[in-house]
Amino acid sequence: MHHCRFIFAYIASLLAGAASAADVRVAVAANFTAPMQAIAAAFEKDTGHKARLAFGSTGKFYAQIRHGAPFQVLLAADDETPARLEREGMSVPGTCFTYAVGRLALWSAQAGVVDARGEVLKQGGYKHVAIANPKLAPYGAAAVEVMQRLGVVEAVRPKLVQGENIAQAWQFVASGNAELGFVALSQVTQDGKLTGGSAWIVPAHLHTPIRQDAAILTNGRGNPAAGALMDYLRSDKAKAVIRAYGYDI
Amino acid sequence: MLTDEALAAVWLTLRLASVTTILLFLVGTPIAWWLARTRSWLKAPVGALVALPLVLPPTVIGFYLLVVMGPQGPIGQLTQALGLGVLPFTFRGLVVGSVIYSMPFVVQPLQNAFDAIGERPLEVAATLRAGPWDRFFTVVLPLARPGFITAGILGFAHTVGEFGVVLMIGGNIPDKTRVVSVQIYDHVEALEYTQAHWLSAGMLAFSFAVLLALHASGSGKRKSGGK
Repeated sequence: MHHCRFIFAYIASLLAGAASAADVRVAVAANFTAPMQAIAAAFEKDTGHKARLAFGSTGKFYAQIRHGAPFQVLLAADDETPARLEREGMSVPGTCFTYAVGRLALWSAQAGVVDARGEVLKQGGYKHVAIANPKLAPYGAAAVEVMQRLGVVEAVRPKLVQGENIAQAWQFVASGNAELGFVALSQVTQDGKLTGGSAWIVPAHLHTPIRQDAAILTNGRGNPAAGALMDYLRSDKAKAVIRAYGYDI
Repeated sequence: MLTDEALAAVWLTLRLASVTTILLFLVGTPIAWWLARTRSWLKAPVGALVALPLVLPPTVIGFYLLVVMGPQGPIGQLTQALGLGVLPFTFRGLVVGSVIYSMPFVVQPLQNAFDAIGERPLEVAATLRAGPWDRFFTVVLPLARPGFITAGILGFAHTVGEFGVVLMIGGNIPDKTRVVSVQIYDHVEALEYTQAHWLSAGMLAFSFAVLLALHASGSGKRKSGGK
């Protein structure tokens, strides 16, 4: 499906007349959707290059890249996938760096459900807790780790519902079908403030840091826009956006 | 080979497809009968409504079901008022989704079968003083048997092959909503290609067997049907 959409966008871009400034095709982890849209818009304005974004789970992107998907830059949700791609010769060595460190939030779409210390997890009174699939998504794995640290994992397990990625976990909570869920802080904050509902910002020491790494893929070797985007992600301007969305960096 | 997890997914899928097919016969037969007989202006809109899942992406159906069956949605409020709770993340919810999703695969073959019977056998039965129910069970059902077989096979198989709707409203819960297609997706995403291959090959074999049975029964019909 992603292939099709991509090919379609690609053909459309060909028909529109290829831009003179370079284009870079970027695979972006679902949790980084909102900040990346803001950064890509600023990037285009500041450099004239265009970043074409595709959003999805890092695991799926990995499989697609291994099977020839024409992405040129990967913004992963973890640090393992870019490292693995580098070992396998699928990315340009030495380009990998941490662009953001993800933070978790226990979130409810309703006000007053989640207290500021996350006690609600122990107290119960809810039917479903949404998480991203811990096997596939780093945010899901981190959520399980937090519940283990708090000693509630067995109590909560029968109530767990899994989204295939963090975007779907958010959707389950946002639609009210799950009363609460572990989502990326970036999904529920803007300019450092909660966009709605109630949340507990999970202290960073309760789980292994969710280091999100970026790398230029072999397809992007020599593409000036790919290099420019990597530099841009390191700029203070981009970092300010990334922090405003609730990441550490 | 297949893990316990995979076997649980297979069992759940078969259970879902069976329940869905039975419900589809109960709901779909009257709809198909009405569509085949009516001269109402409502025939075209209702026919189109039933056929919608053929063209809508499963993600659209799944997304709307998630919203409509959720606690703030109209169906969600109804089920809560009835004391059933909300349907997403439950087996019942998957059944509701599957019935909607597979509806055209049952209604359309039945409607064609009813259409093909025509008025004549019913009129003859009526002159022999058969009541409407009697006519339906002793004349229509036997004559429409091939249609029922096709409808059953297609409804069952299509439910087994369902993915998008389940992904959107299921929540991937073992033994409740993690069906085979979702399990395969998980394996592929986690790069567990061996397990993915076992289940995928099973699905392939199953689907082929189903279509083979369908085509074989179709040729049988032609031999005995005389038309």
